[in-house]
Amino acid sequence: MIRAVLALIARDLRLAGRVGGSGALSLVFFLMIVALVPFALGPDLNLLSRIGPAILWLAAVLSTLIGLDRLFQADEEDGSLDLMTAAPVPLELVVLAKVTAHWLTTGLPLALAAPLFGLLVALDGTAMGASALTLLAGTPALSFIGAVGAALTASIRRGGLILAVLVLPLMIPTLIFGVSAAQAASGGTVPFLVPLAVLGALTLIAAVVGTLAAAAALRWPE
Amino acid sequence: MRLSVDNLACRRSGRRIFSNLSFAVGPGDALAITGRNGAGKSSLLAILSGRLRADAGRIAVAEVGEASLPECLHAVGHRDGLKSALTAGENLLFAQRLLGAPRLDPRDALERLGLGHAHDLPVAYLSAGQRRRVALARLLVCARPLWLLDEPTAALDTASQAVLAELMEGHRAGGGLVIAATHQSLGLAGAAELRIEASAAAPLADVPEDWA
Repeated sequence: MIRAVLALIARDLRLAGRVGGSGALSLVFFLMIVALVPFALGPDLNLLSRIGPAILWLAAVLSTLIGLDRLFQADEEDGSLDLMTAAPVPLELVVLAKVTAHWLTTGLPLALAAPLFGLLVALDGTAMGASALTLLAGTPALSFIGAVGAALTASIRRGGLILAVLVLPLMIPTLIFGVSAAQAASGGTVPFLVPLAVLGALTLIAAVVGTLAAAAALRWPE
Repeated sequence: MRLSVDNLACRRSGRRIFSNLSFAVGPGDALAITGRNGAGKSSLLAILSGRLRADAGRIAVAEVGEASLPECLHAVGHRDGLKSALTAGENLLFAQRLLGAPRLDPRDALERLGLGHAHDLPVAYLSAGQRRRVALARLLVCARPLWLLDEPTAALDTASQAVLAELMEGHRAGGGLVIAATHQSLGLAGAAELRIEASAAAPLADVPEDWA
C-alpha cells in the first residue's frame, strides 16, 4: 500500500519535471505577480513593506491554481484514473498522494522562495521569515481545497475557470489567517502563534475534508 | 476466481442502457461481449471495473479471498492509461508498483509484445497500435485473474492480434478469466458470447451513440 502511494508521488513529481509539466511554472507565476506590485504601487517602501505579506499570500493563492485544473483531469482523460481505481489502495490515499505531489511541486517551492521574493516588496528579516513559515503551514490547505475543485471538474473540458470560481472563495479563511499571522510577526496586538495555530488547524481540516470530498467526487462522476 | 452477475441494469443520464443482464464465468473461461454501437458494452465493463455504478442487480466474486472486484482485474480500454511524457518502461513500472502482484519485468513484458526497443522511448513517440501494445503489456507485468478488454484488437496489426490471442490462451490455461467487448472474432476457443440487446425501455433511436 505504501509502495503504491510512493509510486504515485514519484510519478507525479517526474511528470511535473517533464515537458508540459507544471513544475517550475507556478514559481515563475508567483515571481511575476510579486514583481508587478511594486510597479503598480510606485516606490513607496513603507507601503510595500506593510502590505508585503498580503501580496505574497495573494500571489501564493493564485499560483496554487496553476496546474490544479490538470491534477485529476489529465488522469481522467488518458484513463490513468481507471488504473488507480483498480489499485489495491483506497481512492482517498490516491488523492492524498496526488495532492502531496502537487504541494511538493507548487506550495513548497513557493514557501522556500518567499524570503527571496520578499525583497521585492521591501520586507524586513522578521517579516520574511514569518511569511515563509506561514506559507509553509498554509499552502497544504490551498492544495487540499483545490483538489476538491479539481476532482469536481475532472471530466469537464476547460474546467480551469470553473475550478477557480469554485475554490477561491473556500481559500478565504486560509488567506485571512495566513496574512494575519505574517503581519502579527512584525508587530501588532495579536501574538504570532495564535493565527499560526489557526492556520495549522485549517490545514489539518482541509487535509481530512479535502481528501474525502475529492475521492467521493472522483468515485462517482455522474 | 469466479464472477457471477445477476440481473444487472445500467442507466446513464436517465436513460436505460441495458437491463436483466446475467452471466457467470469461472477459471479458464472467456466471455465475448457483442452488440451494436451504443448497446452498453463499455458501460458493462465500466461497471465491472468499478468506474460506474450499476442501476440494479448484483455482482458477486468468489475464490479471491479478501480482494474486491476492481483489485482482481486488469482493464484495457479505449483510453490506454499511459502518460505520454514517460517512457514505456516507466509507465509499466509505475503500473507494477501501483497494482502490486508483480509478474514479468517491464522489459520482458514489452519483449513479449515485440516492443523491446520502445522501453526507453517516451510513449508520445509511439503510434496508436504501439501504445495499445504497451497498454496490453500491463497485463503481463502484474498478475491478476480477470482481464477486462474493451476492443483489444483496435489499432493492432495481424501479427500483434495473434500475439494477443496467444496471451489470452496462456492466461486462460493458467486459470485466468477473460471478458472482452468486441466486434471481431478474437480467436478465443470455446468462448461464451453475451450479446447485449437494446433494452425494451429505451427505443433504438433514443440511445445516443458512443457512450465509451
